Amino acid sequence: MPVYMTVVTSLKDPSEIRLATAWKPPTEVSWEGYRAALGQFAPKLRNSFVLAVSATVLSALLGSMNGYVLSKWRLPGAQLIFPLMVFGMFIPYQSILIPLFQFLRSVNLYGGLPGLILVHVVYGLPITTLLFRNFYAELPDEMIQSSSIDGAGFFGIYRWIVLPLSAPAFVVVVIWQFTQIWNEFLFAVTLTQPAWQPITVALANLAGGEAVQWNLPMAGSILAALPTVLVYVFLGRYFIRGLLAGSLKG
Amino acid sequence: MRTGKDRLLAGLMLAPSLALLAVFVYGFIGQTLYVSFTDWGQGAALALNPEIHFVGLDNYRQLFSGILDVRFRQDLVNMLFFTLFFVALCLGLGLLLATLLDRPLRGEGFFRTVLLLPMSLSFVVTGTIWRWLLQPRGGVNVLPALVGLPRLDFLWTTTRDQVFRFNWQDVPGALLLGVGLVLVLLGVRAWRRREARKAGLLGVPGLVLVLWAALGGAAGWSLVPIKELHGFNLALVGIVMAATWQMSGYTMALYLAGLRGIPVELREAAEVDGATPLQVYRYVQLPLLQPITLSAVIILGHIALKIFDLIFAMTGPDNAVTSVPAILMYLTTFRGNQFAKGASIATLLLLLVSMLIIPYIVSSLRKAPER
Repeated sequence: MPVYMTVVTSLKDPSEIRLATAWKPPTEVSWEGYRAALGQFAPKLRNSFVLAVSATVLSALLGSMNGYVLSKWRLPGAQLIFPLMVFGMFIPYQSILIPLFQFLRSVNLYGGLPGLILVHVVYGLPITTLLFRNFYAELPDEMIQSSSIDGAGFFGIYRWIVLPLSAPAFVVVVIWQFTQIWNEFLFAVTLTQPAWQPITVALANLAGGEAVQWNLPMAGSILAALPTVLVYVFLGRYFIRGLLAGSLKG
Repeated sequence: MRTGKDRLLAGLMLAPSLALLAVFVYGFIGQTLYVSFTDWGQGAALALNPEIHFVGLDNYRQLFSGILDVRFRQDLVNMLFFTLFFVALCLGLGLLLATLLDRPLRGEGFFRTVLLLPMSLSFVVTGTIWRWLLQPRGGVNVLPALVGLPRLDFLWTTTRDQVFRFNWQDVPGALLLGVGLVLVLLGVRAWRRREARKAGLLGVPGLVLVLWAALGGAAGWSLVPIKELHGFNLALVGIVMAATWQMSGYTMALYLAGLRGIPVELREAAEVDGATPLQVYRYVQLPLLQPITLSAVIILGHIALKIFDLIFAMTGPDNAVTSVPAILMYLTTFRGNQFAKGASIATLLLLLVSMLIIPYIVSSLRKAPER
């Protein structure tokens, strides 16, 4: 129902948007909303893409390495490290926001995309590590052992045994991270300057303004939602698996 | 086989991530905690070398009992009510939908797709859409008019009506009474199990507390000097609706996975014993779903305690009637430059979330033994 309203409104001409007829389809399809929204949001969408893609790739790679180490190389203290890591996934980010803000200011990363990418990579580590660890825990230890007898070292095992088998895990992790980072708001609103805002911040600002023409924010919503909706539609099966895995099954 | 060199490499591989997390999570939490004990934010807060003094718990005292910080109390109440209604509604709706989808049904895949779709959206998108739907003179309010009924004129997110009002002055007394009652109950339980010592240890102080609170002992012990009414702001109803719209599909997916995980033999055995479908549901399936309910409560609960983007997008940060501590923290810190007070609010939020999450992490890791 809300989806219907959004689509209908986004296709209307501003003059046709009156509260009384809000539920009726437009008499004439108008792409004005999209044209305006695209014009206004194009740079923000690009910001979001750069941010989400690079942070996703980096955090997935690091998470895969960490998961490999934690599941296959029983290091001393791993039993303690793991819960401490997982806790980082659940904290309200408000509780680290002030020092984070100061830190980024002091290393001159405040306001732009690199800083935000760094933040998303760091705070993405717990979930990516968790997902990869759980996936790698299913790989039989014998496989690792036999290849190490064959002379493969730490990196050899990872490169030739673990990594080629990781595709399903990568799909889930990438979907999860991409949607999370694309949809994120708190870091984006506190740590970026207007030119580098991702789409979520731009949309919230637009809809928050007074006397807006509602076709514009609705078209904006659709543009902002499109990438994650597409991910969901085409990779739905993995998306659900990611969601359920994200609920921590230890 | 596993050489020392490889183990060293493994450790080195993990080290940077661990160092990052140690600093960015625990180091920063520590720093926030420290800041919350200072008065940073009085005067030139953003100066290169701001003047900072240690003030101990003063910020916290202000938040709970200072005249100026009445908004924090209202936000706290908002957050608790929001969490309660949001979690309850999501669970109820999720369970209902999962039950409906569990039976053989044509187009199940379609329904599941549609119901989960909102989950892929950003809370900001959801908020923007619902902001439009809840316009006072449009959207949901004109829905009845489509079928010929009079339209509604509910103000949604801007109404100032409240229900379940209570006086903030009564809170300490009520809390003590609650603690006393719990102690008494635990004492009674211990007595029944013939653990006399434990019963006395719990029950007697509990009884004293209850009597003291009942006799008005806490009356002169109120936090704020004047009567201060708080309650459930009806403006939050719209927020609860939007949040439930987004998250009930997820709860449904959790429950559906749970229902599918129940062995068919169990149901068949119950049917052989002559149970009606309703009885099977009530006595076989529902109890087996309990662990899922617990997980769902914790996941949804911690989302609700942290909710920020949805409200920001739906009503903006300045709409005090729908505000929550997460938003107040943002305003206090980044608009008011009151870093110390922002840090205190953040610390309280962390405390609340931790109370929910830490037992969960500990128990779920214990359940999954080292492989």
